[in-house]
Amino acid sequence: MLTEPQPYAPQADFGTPEAVSETMVALTIDGRRLTVPAGTSVMRAAALAGGAIPRLCATDSLAAFGSCRLCLVEIDGMKGTPASCTTPVAEGMAVRTQTPRLQRLRRGVMELTISDHPLDCLTCSASNDCELQDAAAQVGLRDVRYGYAGANHLDAAADASNPYFAFDPAKCIVCSRCVRACDEVQGTFALTIAGRGFDSQVSPGGESFLGSECVSCGACVAACPTAALEEKSIAAIGKPERAVITTCAYCGVGCAFRAELRGEQLVRMVPWKDGKANHGHSCVKGRFAWGYAHHRDRITTPMIRERIDQPWREVGWDEALGFAAARLKEIKARHGAQALGGITSSRCTNEETFLVQKLVRAGFGSNNVDTCARVCHSPTGYGLKATFGTSAGTQDFDSVMAADVILVIGANPTDAHPVFASRLKQRLRQGAKLIVVDPRRIDLVRSPHVAAAHHLALQPGTNVAVLTAMAHVIVTEGLVDEGFIAARCERDEYQDWARFVCEPRHSPEALAAVTRVPAGDLRAAARLFASQRNGAIYYGLGVTEHSQGSSTVMAIANLAMATGNIGRAGVGVNPLRGQNNVQGACDMGSFPHELSGYRHISDGATRALFEKDWGVALDPDPGLRIPDMLDAARDGSFRALYIQGEDILQSDPDTHHVAAGLAAMECVIVHDLFLNETASYAHVFLPGSSFLEKTGTFTNAERRIQMVRRVMTPANGLEDWEVTQALARALGLDWRYDSSAAIMDEIARLTPSFAGVSHERLDAEGSLQWPVDAAHPDGSPVMHVDGFVPGPNGKGRGKFVVTDYIPTDERTGLRFPLLLTTGRILSQYNVGAQTRRTDNSIWHEEDLLEIHPTDAESRGLAEGDRARLASRTGETTLRVHVTERVAPGVVYTTFHHPATQANVVTTDYSDWATNCPEYKVTAVQVTPSNGPSAWQEDYADLTARARRIAPAA
Amino acid sequence: MDDSARLAEIIAAHAGEEGALLPILHDVRAAFGCIARAAQADIAQALNLSRAEVHGVIGFYHDFTETPDPRPLVELCRAEACQARGVEALVAAAERAAGARVRIGKVWCLGLCSVGPNARIGDDVHARLDEARLVALVAGA
Repeated sequence: MLTEPQPYAPQADFGTPEAVSETMVALTIDGRRLTVPAGTSVMRAAALAGGAIPRLCATDSLAAFGSCRLCLVEIDGMKGTPASCTTPVAEGMAVRTQTPRLQRLRRGVMELTISDHPLDCLTCSASNDCELQDAAAQVGLRDVRYGYAGANHLDAAADASNPYFAFDPAKCIVCSRCVRACDEVQGTFALTIAGRGFDSQVSPGGESFLGSECVSCGACVAACPTAALEEKSIAAIGKPERAVITTCAYCGVGCAFRAELRGEQLVRMVPWKDGKANHGHSCVKGRFAWGYAHHRDRITTPMIRERIDQPWREVGWDEALGFAAARLKEIKARHGAQALGGITSSRCTNEETFLVQKLVRAGFGSNNVDTCARVCHSPTGYGLKATFGTSAGTQDFDSVMAADVILVIGANPTDAHPVFASRLKQRLRQGAKLIVVDPRRIDLVRSPHVAAAHHLALQPGTNVAVLTAMAHVIVTEGLVDEGFIAARCERDEYQDWARFVCEPRHSPEALAAVTRVPAGDLRAAARLFASQRNGAIYYGLGVTEHSQGSSTVMAIANLAMATGNIGRAGVGVNPLRGQNNVQGACDMGSFPHELSGYRHISDGATRALFEKDWGVALDPDPGLRIPDMLDAARDGSFRALYIQGEDILQSDPDTHHVAAGLAAMECVIVHDLFLNETASYAHVFLPGSSFLEKTGTFTNAERRIQMVRRVMTPANGLEDWEVTQALARALGLDWRYDSSAAIMDEIARLTPSFAGVSHERLDAEGSLQWPVDAAHPDGSPVMHVDGFVPGPNGKGRGKFVVTDYIPTDERTGLRFPLLLTTGRILSQYNVGAQTRRTDNSIWHEEDLLEIHPTDAESRGLAEGDRARLASRTGETTLRVHVTERVAPGVVYTTFHHPATQANVVTTDYSDWATNCPEYKVTAVQVTPSNGPSAWQEDYADLTARARRIAPAA
Repeated sequence: MDDSARLAEIIAAHAGEEGALLPILHDVRAAFGCIARAAQADIAQALNLSRAEVHGVIGFYHDFTETPDPRPLVELCRAEACQARGVEALVAAAERAAGARVRIGKVWCLGLCSVGPNARIGDDVHARLDEARLVALVAGA
């Protein structure tokens, strides 16, 4: 059971990875009979039988290596003493793990190892949590015949350059686990063994860890058996005393972690081996960047003010909630329910999100609720519902290990979804082919041991044209999976679509003029995708954040159906979700037109279900989306907004427009960890709780619902769902949830796809992938297995949708000749509210503008120069990074820093179906500059004034 | 031709070869006397390896170094057979003769065990060395 905090103990390690085989093998180990799958090592079999063969170089996250010679065993009929890690079991084998000869050999090995190891166990940070110490105990080491006076590495200098972990070569036993973890698990190959023989040393390529290729994922630290590679926090605090299993709150991969603590002090976050999304791996954000939870900027006291030009006044919860409720009631009385709305957050739990939309619909009385998925994956919701009937990715992450060709479009997994990227790279190293469709040469195109078969470096904004051209090749060249289409899809719609894509105007040759992708490359890529057994498509915000975002999602779905790549492992359409709970926030009814489970608000039967449960009448008409709320605010018809865990001023496009909308409102309630940029326009600040301080669930990109568990007491005293409930009660609603589990029970009661979900079940089973209903009682790792899942309105057949390429209205011209596209970087996360408040900033202190050498040269810009970046909407300044990663005519930047405010530049063009902003295409000009823009100066001033807090009276 | 063009030419000459790293490292060493860090990065990039991997290979072989040493090199075999035939007694004299001008290296068997002690200078192997012959070799290196 995972509910109770576990006393601290390292996770069980079986020495070598699990073998998967249908064939079972029976053997005897130390007289005990057991049966294990063929391919299992003797070491693992012994561990499964409850034994523990001493070992140093083996760990079950890595392939057996056979170098430490400590795990020797005797096997009847075999000569010598084979290493148990590299010896697979065989039928009838009889193994002895402890004999006088083995004991003598093992002691000899340990004596050699210990003769070059400091004997400072008592003051060592790994004391009592060290595999070398364990092994010494297991082999009965009592003295070292060689003494300690010989040559050694005890004076080797430690490398503390990485902010989170240190490397002490004096404590290194050169078992190569770290090197292999970097290679096999992470796939970065940043470590090596330098030198040979006695001089062998682990080395990040002869550089410091910080200056090397290391991406600070922590895999080497997790693999190290000693204190050689260890979290600095262990040295600073000490060995943890308990562990709580929880889920990371960064990206949509949803890594499971063990939060390891002393008292309520978090010591470290260690990836949980049994986490089904991450299998014991992590990235620099989830593993290390949790310091923001204790950052001094954190606000833990509620605050209010009459007007936004006043300083904040710290008050108690009752006063803050009373103030907010009075304002909301007063506005509702004066302007009606439609003047009120709320925004849910993909950062918060399902339970919290569900409550916020319930508060808006049942409490405020409008459907004016929206979520940050509006600005990221709303086109996924629309596009996949239109084609597959259900708005969700079709696979689990493990599916990638069965893919033969992988199409990555508009996603940069090594930066934005690093733990999934590591698995993807594992599969590529096994031989799967890769096609990358991206205007930038992302790392996946070419990085150590990974190379794309095709990189289609398209012009930003032409995704639909490229995908339609690929479909043209597949249909005209007879590469379509006719059997799949006949069995599973609507025939007429397929024929309409096939006629459409076959038109000569959709040939790669005809479209090359707009896409700038050579027709030969595109044809070859399309043939490759259609010719392999299993083709999988992964996409990100480079697909959705366009004026044709929804069309692109549907074009992707068309391509998958046309090639029969749906409904089994290794295939599918996989949206890589940006945030931890985008999937969940969408599932929970955060959109103005949908109740939970993607059921339209206008559907009387669904509404009746909720009305009966909630005891209120619901508005049958969809409410306002975020941009509509902002427009309505400027018109005066929208006046109050409750924003939980989102910073729309920084994350939403066209910052001036957002600022003007917020400034026009009379009651802006910001519920957050920090005084974020939006809070500059707020009247009420309700302090939030971090993911370490609350219990609930997140749903990751593979529809996997996982528990987030309260690790420590909330700094503000309340979990976020309790704050929302208190606000509801202040408004007169009689809400009485005694735990977030009770909220999940309500969700399950009202949402068919969540029918079988409860915290109790998640505690027992670890995770569940929705739908979890009568037809799928144990959840659904892969969707649409025997036919498309019938959605709320679908008939269970795939629908092809014609996707005509329509160029965006955002065009380059003489004044704005370059196209700007935006994205993320590994070490920072979104608007950076969290990661900027950690040591991750050491890797990315500021947003940089990537520009091609020819474009830089023609503007007189050199590496590191400050440049003015201007669009029709606004301008900002930032430093340039001259690189061929971007094509001529394209520039790229990240949006992690409020001082840069890349969204001052982006336009309010948006997806035709969902209003998802067109972040990925903005026509810009870049010119040399010698200082911040007027907006940057004004904004710095405004922020400083808006964040004043009055001294306590 | 400048160094970077020469390096690019060496890398290009081995393009598409299986296991091109060692041949490239040998050629780079022959051309530049060492494999500088900048060259390692270029080689890694060309072969789609990490810099650390190239560094690890260079560190494994004594013949590959990151900085050049222009001194002539006399490699004296110190393996068992040559030891049995008295090489250790010659070392001090060889080092005296070498001074700071010549480098005396160690190798472990040149494959001429019956005629040791042996030494190698460049591609030439010298057998049946005694102190006088070895000192002369070092002086002439």
